Amino acid sequence: MKILVCLKQTFDTEAKIVLDGNGKIDRKGVSMIVNPYDEFAVEEALKIVEKDGGQVTVISVGEQQAQDALRQALAMGADDAVLVDAGDKELDEYSTATILAKAISGMEYDLVLGGFRAIDDGSAQVAGRVAEILNIPVVNVVTKLEVAGGKAVATREIEGGNEVLEVSLPAVITAQKGLNEPRYPSMKGIMKAKKKPLAKKTLADVGLDDSQIAPKVKAISFSLPEARQAGKVIPGEAAEAAAELAKLLREEAKVI
Amino acid sequence: MAKGIWVFAEQLGGQIKKVSFELLSEGRKAADTLGEELCAVLVGKDVAGLAASLGEYGADKVYVVDNAALENYSTDGYTNVIADLIKQYEPSALLLGCTVTGRDLAAQVAQRMQTGLMTDCIGMEVADGQLVFTRPIYAGKVIVKACVPDARPAMATIRPNTFPVASNAKAAEVVTVDANVGEVRQVVKEVIRVASERPELTEADIIVSGGRGMKGPENFKILEELADVVGAAVGASRAAVDAGWIAQSFQVGQTGKTVSPVLYVACGISGAIQHLAGMSSAKCIVAVNKDEEANIFKVADYGVVGDLFDVVPILKEEVKKVIA
Repeated sequence: MKILVCLKQTFDTEAKIVLDGNGKIDRKGVSMIVNPYDEFAVEEALKIVEKDGGQVTVISVGEQQAQDALRQALAMGADDAVLVDAGDKELDEYSTATILAKAISGMEYDLVLGGFRAIDDGSAQVAGRVAEILNIPVVNVVTKLEVAGGKAVATREIEGGNEVLEVSLPAVITAQKGLNEPRYPSMKGIMKAKKKPLAKKTLADVGLDDSQIAPKVKAISFSLPEARQAGKVIPGEAAEAAAELAKLLREEAKVI
Repeated sequence: MAKGIWVFAEQLGGQIKKVSFELLSEGRKAADTLGEELCAVLVGKDVAGLAASLGEYGADKVYVVDNAALENYSTDGYTNVIADLIKQYEPSALLLGCTVTGRDLAAQVAQRMQTGLMTDCIGMEVADGQLVFTRPIYAGKVIVKACVPDARPAMATIRPNTFPVASNAKAAEVVTVDANVGEVRQVVKEVIRVASERPELTEADIIVSGGRGMKGPENFKILEELADVVGAAVGASRAAVDAGWIAQSFQVGQTGKTVSPVLYVACGISGAIQHLAGMSSAKCIVAVNKDEEANIFKVADYGVVGDLFDVVPILKEEVKKVIA
């Protein structure tokens, strides 16, 4: 079983975000992590090959710094990694999916895993787009996965419950929290990861030129949200405060 | 020449989702400004009877695809049908609710149409003849305005509760369309509905949420009782989910669900940055917490410093009184 895991390096969830002089998001000095949802995907891939044998390749579209994220996945136990460096070009989900799909189409795979969304731009569409380009089925927001006999049986969150879907492989499956508990890389894993293969490719290496990855979405402006103002603290003992709160919600805020 | 702003009229079991009416209400204004038609796309089995209700909210036209194979949502079936319709009628925009289904469908359709998609938007305006969408990124720490300048349809998913519902009665023209469902590669083995009378978390008008201060799974009953008085959903912070007190599907925050209710009542939630990221677009936030220094008070419109086990049961009774 050959499993590809699409992985994105994102800002740490604790990161404070500022805009630079051009009104763009300032990436300087921000600590970077593996997108937590992609960690679920890496963990799931490792569990599958530990049980059934196979190989796990992690792949990312990013700048050179994204190697750190790939190394972390290698330290968790992935076998090898591919980084497609598109330079500092503006990419949207269409661009990223086009690059990933093109790189993947030149590789052998039975299963493609990824997080259902990244915590930075949170767009939750790259994996689905990759499936569409590769013309293989996708199942999103999966919390349980079983792979056997050339099929995947995936439990996904739907409104008010879950549904269990079966797809033939190869397929794209996106991970939701709850799928598993990602392991921490061991010291030994970290040492081994340094020697595992990490292929660095350019757009030209995967057979794309700039015109093919031109974004469809144009960002017009970035801004920081207005901070919410602290409102009023309602004084008094529980009974008194609760009564006043109910009244305010009804009469002042008009929300109940 | 691409023409028409389309709204995906999402329905479940013969009920159109409120978010679809919200999108039609706001889409009506945009369509008028741009001089375009507003159309709803209704897909399912035995759904034709729902078409008239879409006119109530401003649709000029309703495209109906009624097919037994579309009774339940499937990624492939719905993608095939919507993409077929788009190819046939070439709309300039397609709006969907940012729901489980809307999000799943939008990505597939966008790629098949080779177009741009802005997800989880919280605003829409017309500028320079374009639809411009506002979306929070980095879990709400940054707001971006974006558009799809050239590709069509421009696509967006919009968070429920973003726009008010406004009735704008039109006798919508109903156009019944045959569309090819095609092969559905996702085979449904089982559907497990968790019986709940409460609304879906991401679509609820009111959410009552509990955190570490709940102290145990049994205590969520207190929140449920308050929730049921006002028809609210119940949510939780990561601390409560990680402690195993409540299922992951109830988690609000950066690694859970993003919600935009009218009222969010945070009980025993300290207000970690990751939690705030998931709920700070709520119109009104109430915090009940013993710790007066808790971060949650910095964003709350109304705060009560006190023990939730004392406050919440009384609040339930007081709310009953004021809404009676």
